[in-house]
Amino acid sequence: MSSAEVAARPVPGRQDDLGVGRGRLMRSELRLVFTRLRNVALLAVLSSGPILIGVAVKVSAPDSANGEGPPFLTSITQNGLFLAFTSLVVALPVFLPLAVSVIAGEAVAGEASLGTLRYLLTAPVDRTRLLAVKYLSIVLYGAVATLLVAAVGVLTGVLLFPVGDVTLLSGTTVPFAEGLLRTLLVAGYVTAALAAVAAVGLFISTLTEVPIAAMCATLVAVVLLEIFDQVPQLDSLDSWLLPHDWLAFGDLLRDPVALGGVAHGLLVQGGYVVVFLTLAWARMTSKDVTS
Amino acid sequence: MSATDLDAAATLAAPSAGDAAAVRTVGLTKRFPGGQVAVDGIDLRVPAGAVYGFLGPNGSGKTTTIRMLLGLIAPTSGSVELLGQSMPGAIASVLPRVGALVEGPAFHPYLSGRDNLRRADAADRSTDPRTASRRIAAALDRVGLTAAAGKRYRAYSLGMRQRLGLAVALLRPRELMVLDEPTNGLDPQGTREVRHLVHDLAADGTTVVVSSHLLSEVEQMCSHVGVMSAGRLVAQGSLEEVRGAATVRVEVETADAAVARRVLADVGLQGAVATPTGVVADLGAAEPERVLAALVGAGVGVRQYVLHRPTLEDLFVTLTGEGFDVER
Repeated sequence: MSSAEVAARPVPGRQDDLGVGRGRLMRSELRLVFTRLRNVALLAVLSSGPILIGVAVKVSAPDSANGEGPPFLTSITQNGLFLAFTSLVVALPVFLPLAVSVIAGEAVAGEASLGTLRYLLTAPVDRTRLLAVKYLSIVLYGAVATLLVAAVGVLTGVLLFPVGDVTLLSGTTVPFAEGLLRTLLVAGYVTAALAAVAAVGLFISTLTEVPIAAMCATLVAVVLLEIFDQVPQLDSLDSWLLPHDWLAFGDLLRDPVALGGVAHGLLVQGGYVVVFLTLAWARMTSKDVTS
Repeated sequence: MSATDLDAAATLAAPSAGDAAAVRTVGLTKRFPGGQVAVDGIDLRVPAGAVYGFLGPNGSGKTTTIRMLLGLIAPTSGSVELLGQSMPGAIASVLPRVGALVEGPAFHPYLSGRDNLRRADAADRSTDPRTASRRIAAALDRVGLTAAAGKRYRAYSLGMRQRLGLAVALLRPRELMVLDEPTNGLDPQGTREVRHLVHDLAADGTTVVVSSHLLSEVEQMCSHVGVMSAGRLVAQGSLEEVRGAATVRVEVETADAAVARRVLADVGLQGAVATPTGVVADLGAAEPERVLAALVGAGVGVRQYVLHRPTLEDLFVTLTGEGFDVER
């Protein structure tokens, strides 16, 4: 989008260098996000989850008969790989959205509160391009957080529990390697859910100059939707609520893969992404920057 | 030749190239959603190559105007032309040639000065990343921050922050510099350096717009001034023109005040006021030599004869009013 725009309007005298600077802002943004101490600490806290669950299960194996606790919990003792799924189930409703909300809330509101937004825009960075760079970096952070939880889950599971062929939810047994592949698929689905949270957060971030307010508002929005999802009176709305299909990723652990819930989930997430990115764009490209 | 090329050629050949203005606004107005009119139909004209002092009390609309020039705020009405191109349409091609310091420096506190400059350079697509390190080092050197380049920005003093802000504007050659209060927070040496910097930039042909309320600074640096008051541009032109518009006062110290007063009225001076030691009147278009000759010729015993040329500060107070009240 913006690359075509720049190509059409070359800066006088620098045509020869056009394209050399591609992606510099993106790299700068990623460095900013992934080297900030707070953001690294968040990743560290997230990745401690699987270790805690693993150790807890190891110390006192859950009673498979009473069926309490998160899905997959009782399967962990049979196969360590399930620790990754359990960890994602635990992290998805609050912890991962929290991490994404922090980065998304910071994205525009943070630059506005520091005053750096005015210098980015006068550099000049095209407003649409800035939004794209910000969004991509939030989604990448979400992807890294998800993969980290899954990877630490797999590693801890391998260290603490027996591993081998994986018995899927449908009862079929697949080799461990395919089990790993399924883990990747699940991580991809979780990332898609976080991409929708990122879009909501980015929009809220364009509304304020107070990053902490944007972070809280985003997380509150996610949690509210999760509560609505549990209210029976709102059943008719349910399937269009952002978190409704988040835990449908169990479908990816069947053979053959049951796509119903996952496909619907992706459709809803995609809808949220389109709507909220459009809102963020409308706001960003029309707002007076007085910070 | 595409339509865009034709447009570009037309812009280049436009008559405005003759009396080139680096900044030109027509009827620029900003009404904020609350209904407050921050900038009220101003026609700025900064000639290319000028050092333009943009003056006005706090809250007179200077910063809002600067933000509109740079495309940060959309005008309610009116138009802006920077370096001959219409804003905000030409942002992508114009702003790389414009260095700006708007309402103080702003950087990421956790990054070092050098890393902040690296990020600023990455944001500008017109620069060559292969020369980034060299340009960053040169900019740091030019503002005297080389020794502190590795320190985190949060540890910088106000003066160092201001210098880093200037360094961003120096990352590449610019045709126009817009510096909002560039000497804010600087010690006397720093202020001097900024003055030299502005002087050097102007010598290289860069147009500089400096907003300031340090009038003595402006008087030393600027070739042109514009004065804002309550959202309006109340005076604009070269320093001489603007000064010339103000009245020179003649002070006559004499014991024959009454006679002196009559003589002054006879030669056409107005606004005569008695003082404890004599008379003061507006010189107007009269020649000071002839006035003195007339006084002496009429037998007035003149002990002292002084022409008071208004300083920029007098002028500023005349144009924008006295006192500390923020006008809106």
